[in-house]
Amino acid sequence: MTDHTIDLKAAKPRNQWWDVWDQFRTHRGALIGMVIFAVIVLGTLLGPFFWDVDPKFINIRARELGPSLAHPLGTDQLGRDMLARVLAGGRITIAVGMTAMLLSLVLGTLVGVLAGYFRRLDGILMRLTDLFLALPLLPLLLLMVMLFREPLVLSFGPEGGIFILIVFAIGVTSWMHAARIVRGDVLALKEREFVLASRSIGTPARRMILRHILPNVMSPIMVSATLGVANAVITESALSFLGLGFPPDFPTWGRLLNDGLPYINLSPERVIWPALALSALVLSINYIGDGLRDALDPRIRGR
Amino acid sequence: MLTFTIRRLLLAIPTLLFISLVIFLLLELAPGDPLADMPMTIPPDVKEKIRLSLGLGRPMHVRYGLWLYNLFVTEPLHWWDAAFHTTYSEGMQRIISFQTRAPVFDTIAERIPQTLLVVGMGYLVGTLISLPIGIISAYRQYSWFDQFGTFVSMVGFSVPTFVTGVFLIIVFSVLMPTDSMFWLPSIYDTTHQVTDWASFVKQFKQMAMPVFVLALYQAAQVSRYMRASMLDNLSQDYVRTARAKGLSERVVLLKHVLRNSLIPVVTVIALGVPSVFTGAIITENVFKVNGLGQQLLLSIQGNDAPMVLTISFIFAILIVLFNLIADVLYGILDPRIRYD
Repeated sequence: MTDHTIDLKAAKPRNQWWDVWDQFRTHRGALIGMVIFAVIVLGTLLGPFFWDVDPKFINIRARELGPSLAHPLGTDQLGRDMLARVLAGGRITIAVGMTAMLLSLVLGTLVGVLAGYFRRLDGILMRLTDLFLALPLLPLLLLMVMLFREPLVLSFGPEGGIFILIVFAIGVTSWMHAARIVRGDVLALKEREFVLASRSIGTPARRMILRHILPNVMSPIMVSATLGVANAVITESALSFLGLGFPPDFPTWGRLLNDGLPYINLSPERVIWPALALSALVLSINYIGDGLRDALDPRIRGR
Repeated sequence: MLTFTIRRLLLAIPTLLFISLVIFLLLELAPGDPLADMPMTIPPDVKEKIRLSLGLGRPMHVRYGLWLYNLFVTEPLHWWDAAFHTTYSEGMQRIISFQTRAPVFDTIAERIPQTLLVVGMGYLVGTLISLPIGIISAYRQYSWFDQFGTFVSMVGFSVPTFVTGVFLIIVFSVLMPTDSMFWLPSIYDTTHQVTDWASFVKQFKQMAMPVFVLALYQAAQVSRYMRASMLDNLSQDYVRTARAKGLSERVVLLKHVLRNSLIPVVTVIALGVPSVFTGAIITENVFKVNGLGQQLLLSIQGNDAPMVLTISFIFAILIVLFNLIADVLYGILDPRIRYD
């Protein structure tokens, strides 16, 4: 220990997040996952600038073509370009995943912090969480999407309505794990000295939460954020795959899979590309989550 | 332990009532109409009569109460009658589906065997494969087996079942020549009966893909838990003690470490059982197995409120029940856990 005291003086003050990044870099899977994730996100965002074919353009004469220079991934049964459709689908899939994750995270953190910090709310909020955990989620999601489709489509348009519906449905049914983890951490934090010190100088609850509690529960929140994206992407694709998600005009990867399934005998590659893209996306996110969990765990970091 | 179980059982009743109420209200407040698919030529007054005959004329709370009464009184009485040839339930109205006009539980009874056979088998196979994989992975941590196993479990865990299912269909049903030995049918034939060896092979072939898909998903999840739990235990002091006593590696691993590591894994396995039914919705849809999940999907699409309500409620009962079982098992298996 005494040998290091000199080093400590010489070392520059370092942000904690640099340590996290150093640990994250040692996880090879997480790094590869991050590269793949970046490629997919940038590809779907920038792809349309390089491949400016309209994914909705119907050309009956060019239907069910194999891969060619004009259509690198072929065309579907209405002659729509598959590459453009996969790119457009990726944008919606990722947008749904991110937004639903944000919603579920906000809900989960809110419930978790309130339950952990205010003893009076703890009982009722945790009962509520348990109730939500006991719900049969997939049937409920299917039901919500099926039943509330029409009114939302009528008031927000076919794309916006379904987007709101699916994001809301996924967000409302996936906040429970984040809430439990956050509550546990808040309960432990509340007993720490710095919170006691802060309370002794009369910090109001609102500032206590925003200043002291929330920054300290950031790590579990970040990990559940990455896993939340993966979960939301899978759920949205599952709904679309069952034909209850986005309409064919606004294809997501799950919807493209569903659309290609009847033609699987003629052109299996129509299903392969969206399936590969979806798998790569979820896999890369899960690897990032894995690496992040290791990097944010102070017991592992620095070893 | 017993008081804990009883308390949890009593707590489960309001939970289940709440869940059924949520599903009921969701169905009720939604703008769907069970008569939407009827032909336009039916005159309005006839339509009104059909509506009344479906029981839709009464207020909401009466219908909810009736459904509860039917589920908890009429149906058990009916099963009692069927089993012991009594006539308690004579003249009592069972829960009737809007779509088939037949008792909901008759349809469910038709559907459950396929679900249990295909999906249950997938769950069983997956769990059985995952245990040795998890054990070896942890024992030989960072070996090529562990690296490979961890990667496969990550893939199996990340790739949703409808993607693996579709990939399998492409390989084994589309690209594989039809006369090949390895060709597998992508559509499940429920009417097929096993009578001799050839028909058994056919049954095996049509079950192979859905079972593999579910087993992969299940094995991926359980083997991760198994590996983590084994690693936790392998670094504990009692393992060193056991080795120092001169016990063989086999005994140390399979008797001392495995027993302790299985405690959390068993609860994970118990918690996953309800997903046999709920998760089956997707897999059954991919392989066209006409099980419970597929029926639920059909009923949702057809606005068949009694069927949707009943099937979802059965799922909810299973989830609550297996949560309870997992907690009780944990208490029984691990003497460190005390509930009272």
